[in-house]
Amino acid sequence: MSRSHDNVVLANVSRRGFLKGIAAASALVIAAKWDVAFAQQEQKFGAEAMPGGWVDDPNVFISIDEDGTVTIINNRSEMGQGIRTSLAMVAADELGADWENVRVEQAPGDQEKYGNQNTDGSRSMRHWFDPIRRAAASARTMLEQAASQQWDVPVNECKAGVGVIVHEPTGREIGFGNLAATARELPVPDRSALRLKSRDEWRYIGQLTGPHGNLKGDQIQRPFAIDGQDIVTGKAIYGADVSFDDMLYAVIARPPVYGAKVASVDASEAMKVPGVIEVREMDGAGQPAAFNPLGGVAVVAENTWAAIQGRSALKIEWDNGPAGDNASYDTSVFTEELMARAESAGKVIRSEGDIEASLAAAEQKVQATYYMPHMAQSPMEPPVAIARVSDGRAEIWAPVQNPQAAVDGVTQRLGLEPGAVTVNITLLGGGFGRKSKPDYIFEAADLANAFPGRAVRVQWTREDDLHHAYFHALSVDRLEAGLDASGKTLGWRHRTLSPSISSLFTEDPEHKGAFELGMGFNTMPFNIPSLQLENPPASAHVRIGWFRSVYNLPHAFAIQSFVSEVAAASGKDHRDYLLELLGPARKIDPKSVGEQWNYGENPELYPIDVGRFRGVVEKATAEAGWGKKLPDGRGLGLAVHQSFASYAAVVFDVEVKDGGELIIHSADIAFDCGPQVNPERIRSQMEGACVMGIGIALQSEITMKEGRVQQDNFHQYEFARMPSSPRKIRVHLINDNPDIAPGGVGEPGLPPVAPALCNAIYAATGKRIRRLPVADQLS
Amino acid sequence: MVTLTINGKEHELDVPGDMPLLWALRDVVKLTGTKFGCGMSLCGACTVHVDGMATRSCITPVSILEGKSITTIEAIGNEPEGAELQKAWLDLGVAQCGYCQGGQIMNAAGLLKQNANPSDEDIDNAMSGNLCRCGTYTRIRQAIHRAADAVEVKV
Repeated sequence: MSRSHDNVVLANVSRRGFLKGIAAASALVIAAKWDVAFAQQEQKFGAEAMPGGWVDDPNVFISIDEDGTVTIINNRSEMGQGIRTSLAMVAADELGADWENVRVEQAPGDQEKYGNQNTDGSRSMRHWFDPIRRAAASARTMLEQAASQQWDVPVNECKAGVGVIVHEPTGREIGFGNLAATARELPVPDRSALRLKSRDEWRYIGQLTGPHGNLKGDQIQRPFAIDGQDIVTGKAIYGADVSFDDMLYAVIARPPVYGAKVASVDASEAMKVPGVIEVREMDGAGQPAAFNPLGGVAVVAENTWAAIQGRSALKIEWDNGPAGDNASYDTSVFTEELMARAESAGKVIRSEGDIEASLAAAEQKVQATYYMPHMAQSPMEPPVAIARVSDGRAEIWAPVQNPQAAVDGVTQRLGLEPGAVTVNITLLGGGFGRKSKPDYIFEAADLANAFPGRAVRVQWTREDDLHHAYFHALSVDRLEAGLDASGKTLGWRHRTLSPSISSLFTEDPEHKGAFELGMGFNTMPFNIPSLQLENPPASAHVRIGWFRSVYNLPHAFAIQSFVSEVAAASGKDHRDYLLELLGPARKIDPKSVGEQWNYGENPELYPIDVGRFRGVVEKATAEAGWGKKLPDGRGLGLAVHQSFASYAAVVFDVEVKDGGELIIHSADIAFDCGPQVNPERIRSQMEGACVMGIGIALQSEITMKEGRVQQDNFHQYEFARMPSSPRKIRVHLINDNPDIAPGGVGEPGLPPVAPALCNAIYAATGKRIRRLPVADQLS
Repeated sequence: MVTLTINGKEHELDVPGDMPLLWALRDVVKLTGTKFGCGMSLCGACTVHVDGMATRSCITPVSILEGKSITTIEAIGNEPEGAELQKAWLDLGVAQCGYCQGGQIMNAAGLLKQNANPSDEDIDNAMSGNLCRCGTYTRIRQAIHRAADAVEVKV
């Protein structure tokens, strides 16, 4: 995991701030940017390629009080992935802090100061493990130097213990708090002079957390989740939990069709609802909407209930004219169109060998077309934001994945000076991509601008959340394989069709971009003589947006389902066939498989590693007892996928009863994200991905007629509940290797779940699932 | 005016009688541990106890709650089931985003009051109305068993 940053010069770092608390830090000069000249010479990757880049100044991230309390600033949004705990584990470990004295404070949105804060793409640990380690190692070095001055001994005799610096020859100790005043005056050490702890010195990184953890030594306080106690006692603060005495509460009626506008509104009944204060028309963005609000009519009230009731009493006529053909969008018709289009050639994305010749020469052909519907992210906490505008300043409190977009957008919308907007990030009650788009924050800012000095909270209801999501793209994937007499695949053609997220920002390109195709489509690793990957056009009629794992979902569903179909056609075992398609362990250069994206990561550090594909397949199948004899109506299903620089394979053991009742007995998940910082959290992320994936496979679907979403709430848009959650989910973490670059965790567990489950249903029943969700297809 | 007894304390609230308890708690009493998830009793994030019974506050008007005892996640730790559930939740690292977990704990506490030693099936049935988008159900199931065992040992 060690990567050289020797070319980076840590310039002009302020000597003040460290140990002084967070308020002082705002005056610091921010340094530690990637050397500009270097960046212009070569393509940038990873954190360097992100707006704001990375920062490793200890003054930005760490402060120590005189009583020894260590405050770690967390610059990423917490949405359940555990980053507030995991990054604190990294910092505390490298610093030598006692976990008992560690507290975490949330940075506001400011990428100039804190580096990139856009918490999506499963990037936090990929991009921040190294900078946070360096920041903490710098702070530790400064404490060691302070102790050496205080004791008047050589600095190499002073070493951090746990919350103390130890003078090794004599065993004398002094607490971090007692060194604060001296350390404050020291310069931040040069990055190239830092000594990072070796793996055998780690106390928290890579160790289990909680009471069943096995941290080294008997006296060590084991890390629990930073926010765990607050969560179970109801004290944790999410977006809607921020309130002010004179706050106004608003809900908004938005156009049901993307792009439509208010034609007329009759607010007379709404104004009669006790507690309703005002009804205001809101500007909409038109198309493409980007992150701008959809417009509509806001009801502002003394409390949320009055606002909701007031909205119900509005009489609004909508003008669908500006929406164009969105107003006739019908997902079932659209799906049929895409299915038909999938029969013809599309834009060629990757081509090897002679696909036509290999298909023509095939002894046997297999062909299948798969469908995955629109879905809404639907975090349990619907979008919500609080804004207060006064005297040329705006302050926001919101659960948001992308705080800088909120800062920039509010500044621009309200015409404020740079630096006049503060975005405070609360805990997110789930994100899944929805809270990367701060439209709800802009609504609050727009409304607050009309009530200067008063906080305004915009609360989305569940209906709002489902009707106005940035929808996961509906998709059709058609696959065709030609097999020789022995069943070996000679040719493979895959056409993928779905609207692009780019349609949110520009004129609809009607083709997926590199950042979408690169999610498991052109990056598929199979060792096949001829292959052709095509992308016929598909247009967008709703706001399309990121949903956890994004286009990996349809690509993995189609490809991994099709492998099972081809294996069955060849008469071979699915696992054996999959391993044969993968071919020998080797590293594929991401530059060699078509337009390169590679999750923004350096292809040298992050190749497509077939050995790691094989590793998770072998582990998951071995643990699940692949090949074991099972009774009729029961079967094992397998899928594997690489995404966000990590590798995941899933095996389900399912039973389908005569009436079609599905019982999921167990799931075995093998996961390889390289080095593991917080293994218990990685496990729980895999378990959660498994359950979410089961919902995607079995239940979740957003449909539209006349441009309107047909699902209103959780009785119509369903996902997994406890009874459909497996009794046993066994997570097998492999390849905890600190010498390889870290992969993502939040998203890569999800893509293989639905195909593994559908393949298990096939193994149990012989029935193929090519359309998600399964719904009542088994009865 | 409506008088509600919440976590052992009386509150006089100037709210319409049809206001759901959820909004009275959150917007008026400022007890925000009880969460809004759906507003239709479909997700369980708003679960509180009314006279010890797990109740969805998002569809329960305050007018029918006078004279009853309301307990929220902020105070459930004062009861043995609640305290053991909170401990088990922490021990097993149940929460991910945590938003639904107050409601999950309140519903589980209601279950343990009715059934001190629930089976997996009992738990599945009792908890099926509580959604978790992060998918923490397997750990919730384990944590309820763990808490049930701990309460039993103490009693």
